[in-house]
Amino acid sequence: MVTTETVQDPQSGLQEEYIESQTADVFSLFKGGKDELIPILQKTQQKFGYLPEPAMKKIAKFTHIPESTIFGVATFYAQFKLVPLGRNVIKVCRGTACYVRGGAEILQKVEERLGIKAGETTPDFEYSIETIACFGSCALAPVVVVNDKVYGKMNVSRVDEILEACKETS
Amino acid sequence: MHFQDIKERAISQWETMQNSPTPRILVGMGTCGRAAGGEDIFDTLSREIQDQNIKCDLIQVGCIGLCYAEPLIEVVKPGKPSVFYGNLTPELTAEIVKDYLAGDDPRPDLALGTRGEGTLEGIPKLFDLPVLRSQVRISLRNCGNINPESIDPYIANGGFQGLERALGMKRQEVIDEIKQSGLRGRGGAGFPAGVKWQFCYDAPGDTKYVICNADEGDPGAFMDRSLLEGDPFSVLEGIVIGSYAMGASVAYIYIRAEYPLAIQRLVSAIEQMENYGLLGENIMESGVDIHIKIKEGAGAFVCGEETALMASIEGSRGMPRPRPPFPAQSGLWGKPTNINNVETWSNVPIILQNGADWYAGYGTEKSKGTKNFSLAGKVNRTGLIEVPMGITLREIVYEIGGGIPEGKELKAIQTGGPSGGFIPTNLLDLSVDYESLAEAGSIMGSGGMVIMDEDTCMVDTAKFFLSFTHAESCGKCVPCRCGTKQMLDILEDITNGEGRPGDIELLEELAQSLKNSALCGLGQTAPNPVLTSLEYFRNEYEEHIFKKRCVALHCKNLVSFYILPDKCTGCGKCARKCPVEAIAGGKRMVHVIDQSKCIKCGTCFDVCPSKFSAVVKVSGETVEVPSEPIPVKKKEKAKE
Repeated sequence: MVTTETVQDPQSGLQEEYIESQTADVFSLFKGGKDELIPILQKTQQKFGYLPEPAMKKIAKFTHIPESTIFGVATFYAQFKLVPLGRNVIKVCRGTACYVRGGAEILQKVEERLGIKAGETTPDFEYSIETIACFGSCALAPVVVVNDKVYGKMNVSRVDEILEACKETS
Repeated sequence: MHFQDIKERAISQWETMQNSPTPRILVGMGTCGRAAGGEDIFDTLSREIQDQNIKCDLIQVGCIGLCYAEPLIEVVKPGKPSVFYGNLTPELTAEIVKDYLAGDDPRPDLALGTRGEGTLEGIPKLFDLPVLRSQVRISLRNCGNINPESIDPYIANGGFQGLERALGMKRQEVIDEIKQSGLRGRGGAGFPAGVKWQFCYDAPGDTKYVICNADEGDPGAFMDRSLLEGDPFSVLEGIVIGSYAMGASVAYIYIRAEYPLAIQRLVSAIEQMENYGLLGENIMESGVDIHIKIKEGAGAFVCGEETALMASIEGSRGMPRPRPPFPAQSGLWGKPTNINNVETWSNVPIILQNGADWYAGYGTEKSKGTKNFSLAGKVNRTGLIEVPMGITLREIVYEIGGGIPEGKELKAIQTGGPSGGFIPTNLLDLSVDYESLAEAGSIMGSGGMVIMDEDTCMVDTAKFFLSFTHAESCGKCVPCRCGTKQMLDILEDITNGEGRPGDIELLEELAQSLKNSALCGLGQTAPNPVLTSLEYFRNEYEEHIFKKRCVALHCKNLVSFYILPDKCTGCGKCARKCPVEAIAGGKRMVHVIDQSKCIKCGTCFDVCPSKFSAVVKVSGETVEVPSEPIPVKKKEKAKE
């Protein structure tokens, strides 16, 4: 797992006012109830692409939930990121149907090509690799999703092709 | 507006559309339809129709379940049965527009089948095809037939008549109807739904909650996604009926965030129901108030467990708690709560509409009705299927699924995802019902059915499931947190060729204690893939451990590659492609792999031209080859 210590956070220079205004936008949609914590975290992540620490502190104040509890919830669910993701997110399905059709080999190839492991981001913040439990598109197994574009019936030799496609769009 | 008026208007709109002289095309636009290129097909159709100035309505529908044939369209021309076309490309789509829509040639060469009255020469009836012949569509009754984004077609096809009837009945009568239908929980465990409703109804307290579990987390399962995308109204109507029966005024749908299209359709469906007075305050002027709220999950498999799911709705880490108290007594915020899964809810309206006896007419004595499965893996026709309980696995795999691709042998059928087990081929005639599957050591589960062929290593697949449950274990109870880890370590050793005598016994011991002592369903069922593979495929474990052999040639550390001297022509392709320079050779020399350098990537195996097929992949044996490159025999050269 890449931690904030080992990479340069491109958004580490987030201005206090920026965080203030973005979180205020989020809070305006909620009352601050305890049951709203997960939706608040989801909306916050939509704003920043991840959960910056100062934003989580503001959530604690807003909901009157201890910071430690918020950190506990944020680290429990796979959806929440404490570090920003790369510009291109490559999601490899690790569902059963994908697995029996060679999903593991595809993940391995993507990891080799990018030099990072699943769950990590390249130091230049170009790419992140994630694994997803199941996309529910098992008929197209194995499946890789790159920035929300679905590549079905994948094979190892098409990995380069999809990475090239990322370059063209970015 | 009264429901009666809404219904009449919807029916007259529907009939106008059915009898319309304008042809229409239904395009499958579920998640898999889109992923397979459905949007391209939709765009092509819009463009072609405009360019050629043809009058035609385009309608997006959900998944009809023939995922193997996506992208899929249905062309309806007045006075004719509709025609389905599958595996489309933009080019083929343009041809169909030109030949059938503009012209009168239905292109039997491209058509899958027809639906509706009448026949077209050269095209079979869709529901006579083996893939659909034995299916019974109750839960999926509307999927692929109606536009899931609009409420009127649902109403015109009998929607909300179940709710209308329920609201005219006493709450207890509704519960009795569900009991009598024999409907059992479709989330996997199969607890009788009516009995569960009764517990919640009987529990003291004015505030009660109803939850729809749409946290479909089993890898290899997509039934609930397809259902929510293809017919959100049936699920919502079921929830409203259940909420009324149990006396709940607020219901939650807990749905995984990975299903954005399903969420979008639910949101839109809820809004339309509210506008028609079918949800919210004073539903159908009955004085009953019911609200439905959507809660998006945040990615945790364990949240499919009911107590964990409720913790997640409350805003906490989704960790389960011991039962009792059961949710029916003390659930969400300590109030009586009932949880059923998506498919269970979708069956409720039609049971109320057609009556319990009608529903109980399908299925077996103890397992009534139908079950949805997502058929995937090594099978020719993958897709979403709905079959009557009691059908055999053989019918599902060979008739509906069309058998195994590339003429390979079926090895096992996996049901129930990480909580289920493997069923071997000698049990192919097993009846698909809750009891029979449990007896075989697996479970019905929520409906994932993954087919495995001879290339699948059972030890490795058991390891795959265990690595999943290990990663998804919430860590609260020791047996699950540590037990899955220990079992996974042993399985890793075995698949890496480091298995030791005694490993199998140790695995069994760990599996039993995990089964008996884990806090929740995730941990209790986590050993099932290991236990069933040990029961039916024990020889594979033994071969991995004692002979260092993987019969499926899958486990990397147990396979070796050799170049056969009498087949190698010294072309040098393998040596050039080898990433670690483990192959020695030279022009017209028989190439040799240095086994100590080989990383078993299989590149040489893949690149060796098929006319030579000189590279072999073996496990647990050695092949006699020269130790150093030798000249290629002259005879072989002459043959060339």
